[in-house]
Amino acid sequence: MTTLFDKIWDAHVITKVEDGPTQLYIDRHFCHEVTSPQAFDGLRKKGLKVFRPDKTTATPDHNIPTENQDKPIQDPVSKFQVDTLTRNCEEFGITLYGLGHKKNGVVHVVGPENGLTQPGMTIVCGDSHTSTHGAFGSIAFGIGTSEVEMVLASQCILQSRPKTMRINFTGELKPGVTSKDMALYMISKLTTGGATGYFVEYAGEAIRNLSMEGRMTLCNLSIEMGARGGLIAPDEVTFEYVKGREFAPKGEEWDKALAYWKTLKTDEGAKFDREITFNASEIEPMITYGTNPGMGMAINDSIPTLDQIDEAGRISFEKSLEYMGFKPGEKLIGKSIDYVFLGSCTNGRIEDFRLFADFVKGKKKADNVIVWLVPGSWQVEEQIRKEGLDKILNEAGFVLRQPGCSACLAMNEDKVPAGKYAVSTSNRNFEGRQGPGARTLLASPLVAAAAAITGKITDPRSL
Amino acid sequence: MAYWHIDLLAYFIVMKFDKLTSTCVPLPIENVDTDQIIPARFLKATTREGFGDNLFADWRYDKEGKPLANFVLNNPLYKNAEILVAGKNFGSGSSREHAAWAIAGYGFRVVISSFFADIFRNNALNNFVLPVIVSEGFLAELFADIEKDPQTTVSIDLEKQTITNNSSGKSESFEINGYKKNCLLNGYDDIDFLLSNKSLIETWESSK
Repeated sequence: MTTLFDKIWDAHVITKVEDGPTQLYIDRHFCHEVTSPQAFDGLRKKGLKVFRPDKTTATPDHNIPTENQDKPIQDPVSKFQVDTLTRNCEEFGITLYGLGHKKNGVVHVVGPENGLTQPGMTIVCGDSHTSTHGAFGSIAFGIGTSEVEMVLASQCILQSRPKTMRINFTGELKPGVTSKDMALYMISKLTTGGATGYFVEYAGEAIRNLSMEGRMTLCNLSIEMGARGGLIAPDEVTFEYVKGREFAPKGEEWDKALAYWKTLKTDEGAKFDREITFNASEIEPMITYGTNPGMGMAINDSIPTLDQIDEAGRISFEKSLEYMGFKPGEKLIGKSIDYVFLGSCTNGRIEDFRLFADFVKGKKKADNVIVWLVPGSWQVEEQIRKEGLDKILNEAGFVLRQPGCSACLAMNEDKVPAGKYAVSTSNRNFEGRQGPGARTLLASPLVAAAAAITGKITDPRSL
Repeated sequence: MAYWHIDLLAYFIVMKFDKLTSTCVPLPIENVDTDQIIPARFLKATTREGFGDNLFADWRYDKEGKPLANFVLNNPLYKNAEILVAGKNFGSGSSREHAAWAIAGYGFRVVISSFFADIFRNNALNNFVLPVIVSEGFLAELFADIEKDPQTTVSIDLEKQTITNNSSGKSESFEINGYKKNCLLNGYDDIDFLLSNKSLIETWESSK
């Protein structure tokens, strides 16, 4: 009796180092411009080639502007980094979806939508949100640049086997509650380091009922509670999503793959190192009030008071609230905000835009708010137009920007100014994450839409 | 096991770690994330050098880039310390190895905490920076001792896997897997090990 994680892990072991890590084979490697240049340099210094160039796919996303992508990148340092990725891909024979390519976009959106992400795979990328791909029933996790170099050089990585955790979500989500709220709820309960050392499997009725987009959002945020990654056993929803995508198996290969994928589930009675159960029907729309994703609460709740915080954590808690300009015990509902960001590898997929557009249909954007709507990829952008969502958004006073990581980490021009509040569908509310001094409130696309309409922190169910 | 290809390794410039005694920089804050260690706007470099100047940039400098007197790295009392002592869950967040490069680039060779985020820990080890996990009690006492006397030193012996607070005289042992310990002690490189198993990799591939 083994867990899904164990089945995939065991199928990829090259060798186990005595009193050390496992050498694990990697099926798919994704690359972007920020965490790869030093790895390619390392190969050059050692005179090495990329061992299996066909298993790596690259796309620039972190640095790129979300306007005028047809023109040269204005910031010379960003431009150099993006150009360096292009040169490295040419030199080492790696497929690149560069700026202007119809498949360009945020790396964790691009992999799944092209069928590069498949059940049972081991997947890595020099980006912590690689956990997104676990939604397909794969072992996917973020790595550092030295490890990127290892994968380029050998298609393998050295990893210590993590412990396993299963998080069950029983029951059904209430209307107005999304998988983003499930994730923020879970992280608020477990804290930002609560799953460190573990690989998580998500299970239960509420997980089965999620779309692939919803599952990706949840798995994406696994790292925010410290987990190495998170995965969900593949099912008909998964197979239906993968089928027909460009790099998905076809014909007989598909039948063979499908037969294998159907075996990818945790055996009944398999033991996890830790098991937790949440009732999905108790989850409310969530919002964060502090400077790590674990500092979240139901949107109508109050920020904890000092006596509710462990003594050892009080300095950090107070520092965090001071940065945010909030007081212990305070409610956030009704507070004015300045920016709204819809996008990122967490919530930049078509379903997120459908939710946002459906909510704002027939309403008008609040005048006091700047709203950045950034599709996760050009394919998402195309789908938005195909479904006419762009027209709904325009009529409500919104403008679509071009794809990229954008204000999630503000490496490009999309920076929230110091002291301003942003309701953001991204993944991190760290100090300065969306620009020096920026104050981030993480939330779902629905909460973001409600804030964009009222200019305030608003329960989307109240409109 | 035959994985030490020393003949190949002699070709590279490698770093090592065995013992260290040093004063410490105290940072008694929990959940210090990688965006604080090195903010994203500094990730545009294409080399590993120069990140030390921007370590903790938003806590260390004001908007004009002038050092903020109240931040610990700008306090002359802690100058030249090679050990950073931090609150629990150090290095959470992004996988950016730039965080480890910034810490190494500043001159830290050891980070002490009661808890580290996984990816940061791996990244630190891959850059010959030793993350040492101590008990909550050891950490609290060390913070108190440094506050009393900034010249408090700590000694780390990797071979013996011990850490000693030289002010209180208390020692603890710390965990590290045998493979990584050997890498640090001898300056070995993971890629050489991985490629020494090339035939195993090819056998695995052809079995699929």
